[in-house]
Amino acid sequence: MTPELGHFALILSLWVALAQGVLPLVGAQRNQPQWIAIARPATTASFLLVAIAFACLTWSFYINDFSIAYVAAHSNTQLPTMYRISAVWGGHEGSLLLWVLMLAGWAQAVALFSRQLPDAMVARVLGVLGLVMFGLLAFVLLTSNPFERLLPAAEEGRSLNPLLQDPGLVYHPPMLYMGYVGMSVAFAFAIAALLAGQLDAAWARWSRPWTTVAWIFLTLGIALGSWWAYYELGWGGWWFWDPVENASFMPWLVATALIHSLAVTEKRGSFKNWTVLLAIAAFSLSLLGTFLVRSGVLTSVHAFATDPRRGIFILILLAIVVGSSLLLFALRAPKVSLGGRFSLLSRETLLLVNNVLLVVACGAVLLGTLYPLIIDALGLGKLSVGPPYFNAVFVPIMLPLLVLVAAGPIARWKQAELGDIVRRLWPAAVVALLAGIALPMLAGEWHGYVALALALAAWIIAAIVLQTIQRLKAGTGNPPPSWWGMQIAHFGLAAFVIGVAMVGSYEEERDVRMSPGETVTVGGHTFKFLGVEDVRGPNYTAARGSFELSKDGKMLRILHPEKRNYDSSAMPMTEAAIDAGLTRDVYVSLGEPLEGAAWAVRVYFKPFVDWIWGGCLLMSLGGLVAAADRRYRLKARTATKTVATGAMAA
Amino acid sequence: MNKFLLPLGIFIVLVALLAVGLNLNPREVPSPLIGKPAPAFTVPQLHSPEKTFSPQDMLGKVWLFNVWASWCVSCREEHPILVEFARTGMVPIVGLDYKDKREDGQRWLARFGNPYSIVPFDADGRVGIDYGVYGVPETYLIDKAGVIRFKQIGPITPEVLEKKIIPLVQELNK
Amino acid sequence: MKRLLALVPAALLSFGLLANEAAPLAEDPVVEQRLVHIAGELRCLVCQNESLAGSQADLAKDLRREVRGLIKEGKSDEEVKDFLVSRYGDFVLYRPQVKPETYLLWGGPFILLVAGIIALVSYLRRRNRLAPDTPLTEEEKKRAADLLKADS
Repeated sequence: MTPELGHFALILSLWVALAQGVLPLVGAQRNQPQWIAIARPATTASFLLVAIAFACLTWSFYINDFSIAYVAAHSNTQLPTMYRISAVWGGHEGSLLLWVLMLAGWAQAVALFSRQLPDAMVARVLGVLGLVMFGLLAFVLLTSNPFERLLPAAEEGRSLNPLLQDPGLVYHPPMLYMGYVGMSVAFAFAIAALLAGQLDAAWARWSRPWTTVAWIFLTLGIALGSWWAYYELGWGGWWFWDPVENASFMPWLVATALIHSLAVTEKRGSFKNWTVLLAIAAFSLSLLGTFLVRSGVLTSVHAFATDPRRGIFILILLAIVVGSSLLLFALRAPKVSLGGRFSLLSRETLLLVNNVLLVVACGAVLLGTLYPLIIDALGLGKLSVGPPYFNAVFVPIMLPLLVLVAAGPIARWKQAELGDIVRRLWPAAVVALLAGIALPMLAGEWHGYVALALALAAWIIAAIVLQTIQRLKAGTGNPPPSWWGMQIAHFGLAAFVIGVAMVGSYEEERDVRMSPGETVTVGGHTFKFLGVEDVRGPNYTAARGSFELSKDGKMLRILHPEKRNYDSSAMPMTEAAIDAGLTRDVYVSLGEPLEGAAWAVRVYFKPFVDWIWGGCLLMSLGGLVAAADRRYRLKARTATKTVATGAMAA
Repeated sequence: MNKFLLPLGIFIVLVALLAVGLNLNPREVPSPLIGKPAPAFTVPQLHSPEKTFSPQDMLGKVWLFNVWASWCVSCREEHPILVEFARTGMVPIVGLDYKDKREDGQRWLARFGNPYSIVPFDADGRVGIDYGVYGVPETYLIDKAGVIRFKQIGPITPEVLEKKIIPLVQELNK
Repeated sequence: MKRLLALVPAALLSFGLLANEAAPLAEDPVVEQRLVHIAGELRCLVCQNESLAGSQADLAKDLRREVRGLIKEGKSDEEVKDFLVSRYGDFVLYRPQVKPETYLLWGGPFILLVAGIIALVSYLRRRNRLAPDTPLTEEEKKRAADLLKADS
């Protein structure tokens, strides 16, 4: 019964989403309050229905209902409960349902936390979200129904891919999807503003916190995915420029541009068209990512089992959603006012340069990701575009951005003076120069690449420190949370750069043949191999190695890397053991057993690698601090009235 | 022209590209060896290790060079088609047993039938590397001058046989 | 850091702690280092998307063995790559060769950057001619002020 209930709830939610999409939008255009009033209850109804469907699927996983094809293909009675629950999104159908659940959840959040917004605006936003949801629900029901029955029911499930049997599966996809799908809110606000012909500072102010929160999730989701790949895949990389990674990175780049340009639109009323276009682009790229991952047009480590019918469906959905949005944009944009005048050197200009660089970087990633497809489609053969290409083109585009990050927050709105910026930043330049010369020498060999990166990171950090001192000295009171948030996020960027540069230049790796009692030293850390024992996990057997890690003759801890053989899969899995630290990770993984008690062992020394994810965490934290700025939480009813009447008049 | 139509224009091109992409298989890699002489090698034969085989032996004939292995699942799918095709005697089929154990290969042919006129044995996969083999089964059509004219990656289907291989063999035999 | 660390093994030796150092897995670490360097830029054909250096697939192991052989024969990196391209095609190269088909790939980001800068500059110039001096209309100002009042 449960699956039928879930299926029924999904079908019902499809029609409720349609009502949520059409009626409020029409109502808002024709100014009919009864129709506008449908938006919130319809949103709640569709959210509850999708939640019921999701709960039904989760329950089916929990009770091992192998009469459902999707459950039988992705779970198994031996699977630990935690993974049985997260296996709900371990495959195409369930992860798509998670997508829809998150979309419904975001819409519900907008319905709840938008009391101060004019009803017509809210109705439009929820209507746009409803239409997108209708499209995705139709996709789920027509091509990817997770409740499809398997007749006769399977005795036992096929189990989850061992690679996914990791806490990473529990938190990475939900985070990432929250970010992906959260872009739909920024998108819906943009479309609503275009529909209303009311693209102004108030719109920017309303959509800004939503965009920031979605960006936080996206940042965390990508960082967690990168960390997962780092410890799970067993070869110590943290970013592979795989098409699926790129699919999540492109919306991030555009979303980052968007949160910067929203600042200008809100504060100065400028770049409205550009900001709207970025909001459309961020969500379009999320949808494009979904297409790339699920249609099978590109080969990737993470690709889902593919089905051309699904590819066609998402492509049509993509064409309708994005095509109509861009058409609307083309119709409305020419009438939008330009906003305030500013001089060639001003914070506005610097933020525009930031936007150009981020968008160009996104374009480069898109070009590299799709190029094999372009060449193939033109019948020119097959080629691969991999990490060497992306590193070669992406890094140079990012370098000027790192230079500007320090100057942007110091430059004044409207008109900045070069002399003023130089006067305030020259100490940071000195610090950067010294850091570039000295730090790599302290760390070991001096390379131009690492010197440049460390100099830029020092430049950003020093500028943040200078600004903070100057700002506090100025006596204008404690800066607002959004200012602190920006500084924290920029500091996170610097930390990220340090991590990337250090691990890229000074990591050490050794592949050795080890017998018990032997040692290997990497980066000053000595591993002593104590031996391997067989252990039994819930659904696997493993050879579990023990290594004594010591430094300078002092024992630190015992590490246990494993080589697992899952009962359901022929592929052995490597579980690396990592001793993480603020300035370095040491990493050991078991290779193949060799003759006698010897094993092939790989050890890594990875200086500052955790700064990569720590930096991302700081960026998210900065976003959180900025989004929590009370000025964006307009509670007073009086303001609501004024804004509402103002909006109507406009 | 409205410059605000530019994003829409770019997007339409992108969608068109993706639509074309849906009909392509990203994993099928065309061989750069087509039109090039078949790489030379000399390996022992599966059934009689003292005898060897080299592509030179086939000069002057149009022949099919099929790469298979007993551990290869889709080879079993392809095999009946080859056995049937071999009966027509249209073209000699040489079957390279790739990265296999000698006994396993022999047993497999005994069980499923042997369509091959000669079965060379590539124990360590070196010949496979020279021919750019990356997924067995793979099949090459080689002309009288020893030049590779066609390559099928994955199992030969009746359709491929009818539409591609047989017409090409007939043309090359003219 | 490295310099400092270099002292560590010596220190350990002097205390007699360094029982027995494990042997490198590779016969020839120099060859292995070049192998990793070259194979890192090559694609494993049978895997979904992994480099030849990282893959555990059978074919990848065979190809690594082959590449090791070529390195020992004294072949240059380019010659090793050509060896693989002549068998498997351009598909194996993660760093596509610069040739007419890839001009757009390699030039694209640069073209985008230049186009972005040109668009930016022309926009800024045009804008300064057109934009009114007041950043916000009176009505917008009023609404913004109302919004701010709501804070307190």
